[in-house]
Amino acid sequence: MAQVAKSPVLELRGISKRFGAVQALTNVDLDVYANEVVGLVGDNGAGKSTLIKCIAGIHPIDEGQILFEGRPVTIRGPKDALALGISTVYQDLALCDNLDVVANLYLGREEGRPLIPGIMGTIDEVAMEKRAIEVLRSLSVSIPSVRTLIASLSGGQRQSVAVARSVMWKPKLVILDEPTAALGAAQTRQVLDLISRLREQGLAVIVISHNLEDVFSVVDRIKVLRLGRNGGTFGVRDVSHQQVVAAITGAEFGTSEAVSAPVGAAAGGTT
Amino acid sequence: MSTMANDPRLIQQETGSALGNLRRRLSYADLGQLPVLIGLVLIWMVFQTANSNFLSPVNLTNLMLQIVAVGITSVGIILVLLLGEIDLSVGAVSGLTASIMAVQNVKNGLPGPVAVLLAILAGLVVGLIHGFWITKLRVPAFIVTLAGLLGWQGVQLLVLGNTGTINLRDPFLTGLTLTFYPGLAAWIAAGVFILLYAAGSFWEREQRAKGGLTATSRGVLAARVVAVAAGALIATAVFNADRGLPLGVIIFVVVIVLFNTLTKRTTFGRHLYAVGGNAEAARRASINVDNIRIAVFALCSMLAAVGRVMAGSRLLAVNQSSGGSDFLLNSIAAAVIGGTSLFGGRGTVWAALIGAVVIGSISNGMDLLALQSPVKFMITGAVLLAAVTIDALVRRRRVAVGR
Repeated sequence: MAQVAKSPVLELRGISKRFGAVQALTNVDLDVYANEVVGLVGDNGAGKSTLIKCIAGIHPIDEGQILFEGRPVTIRGPKDALALGISTVYQDLALCDNLDVVANLYLGREEGRPLIPGIMGTIDEVAMEKRAIEVLRSLSVSIPSVRTLIASLSGGQRQSVAVARSVMWKPKLVILDEPTAALGAAQTRQVLDLISRLREQGLAVIVISHNLEDVFSVVDRIKVLRLGRNGGTFGVRDVSHQQVVAAITGAEFGTSEAVSAPVGAAAGGTT
Repeated sequence: MSTMANDPRLIQQETGSALGNLRRRLSYADLGQLPVLIGLVLIWMVFQTANSNFLSPVNLTNLMLQIVAVGITSVGIILVLLLGEIDLSVGAVSGLTASIMAVQNVKNGLPGPVAVLLAILAGLVVGLIHGFWITKLRVPAFIVTLAGLLGWQGVQLLVLGNTGTINLRDPFLTGLTLTFYPGLAAWIAAGVFILLYAAGSFWEREQRAKGGLTATSRGVLAARVVAVAAGALIATAVFNADRGLPLGVIIFVVVIVLFNTLTKRTTFGRHLYAVGGNAEAARRASINVDNIRIAVFALCSMLAAVGRVMAGSRLLAVNQSSGGSDFLLNSIAAAVIGGTSLFGGRGTVWAALIGAVVIGSISNGMDLLALQSPVKFMITGAVLLAAVTIDALVRRRRVAVGR
């Protein structure tokens, strides 16, 4: 595409991660450009969640290199990731049901004057509400009012609020973990539209999804993980559902010995 | 697909009209304090019918002074309930801290104000111990404060020694509940209160309007201010028909306003609600959940100390059973009757006032009717159960509407 000259927002080279005896990721590469949505797909246990947790700073990586906007960086914790401009929306959304939309968008970063520095401050509700409306408008999020409690929003609206929160502080990369997993058809559409808008705003986006239908309708490239290794990267226009499924399950073009080789050969062969 | 930018479905503006707001709130079953207030009116009507002295200025003034101790303690309980926790030790802690105050003042001759400060300080220390145990050692609040309920009672007996009862004569201490501001002073106090409330409401409205946000119409706001003013003026007239505006009631209202501001207008309060609503979400928003918990338990024990200081002042004595009996249960009942959820994150500090007035009215009314203890306990229990049942039904409806 058009980004040939530009360096990617995020580039991972040869990432490996172990948990005790379990090798979760082996030599994984990934890159995402601005104005681009990359779908991260793979079977259960393929290492998708581990990989995004490495990027978000929850798991430090064992080996490999992370480049952010072309510079090598070390991500030691969630704060490092946030400081770089990496924002993650987890599956459980982490919203407070008992607070309204504005309060949730600003949770932990309220605007106002300090009363007791470092301990508490006032809350500038007017400034916060203005900015909240602005951000939600720019994403065309449809909710009854920014003063609605999260408890009375639908699943799609909650997901939208969580996504809006992730872009409040002008990140460069947004990671969405299964954003459509618990949603109905109409709400899924809402969230997919929202993802397109993130791209139009110039962000780099990584979406984890199990639903290839969703992936194909919104992403630019698909990155497949299989058993913690690179399973291939595909431009969404150059590939069919079947090819991606094959890459996920390892049944692609006879590259996997376990599936295509005769039983006897497999037993005596690898490992 | 590409319904961009100026999508009319966007954020629907709140209508701002009183009727529209009411309809919206009804549809969410968000009646706030309305059921409790209706209940209170019913209770008052029943007692007034049974004994025409119930709504007399003298009795209403006494009623308000009777509820100050439980009410202030209940403010602390509400903070803890907002976290989704419980503090069973407020009775014992209040008894202990009041005993420290009495011993320091009467036996050791320290001035009244210093003795009160020591009591509050003792509350702070006790609360910090609770908070530390709950957050750092991860023992459930129920257990820590249950141990506190037993343990601090023991310390109270130790502090009182073999004296048993200590009578308070210090004019500062007795004055906390025996001081009244009659006539003009009371009217001025009411005027200041109304003025501050009106100024605050309208200032906030104009700020929102200036920021281009939907703001309540001036008419609705004026109506609200008139309603609050009417309430304050009626209360003042009632107090003035007796001995005047009691200092104890002023202290109670100041405590409520202070803590209402703390919970609704500061980041501390916002984070407190967040922890009560979803502690994990709060943690991920880089809120220091442990510090909030410790601070809340400290505040709760301090308020229990203040509450019992007021009780000691009214009863003119502190003894071995101070803070015992139904003090703890009434404090929790007041918070819950006022509409505070036991599951965290829902309720306001004003619940302490409403809940304490309900509990106090029942107790006071039954005393007027000279009912015996068995009846009193059963009726108080029934009212608590009714209040929580209404809350549970409302919640069920809210969940049904919300989805």
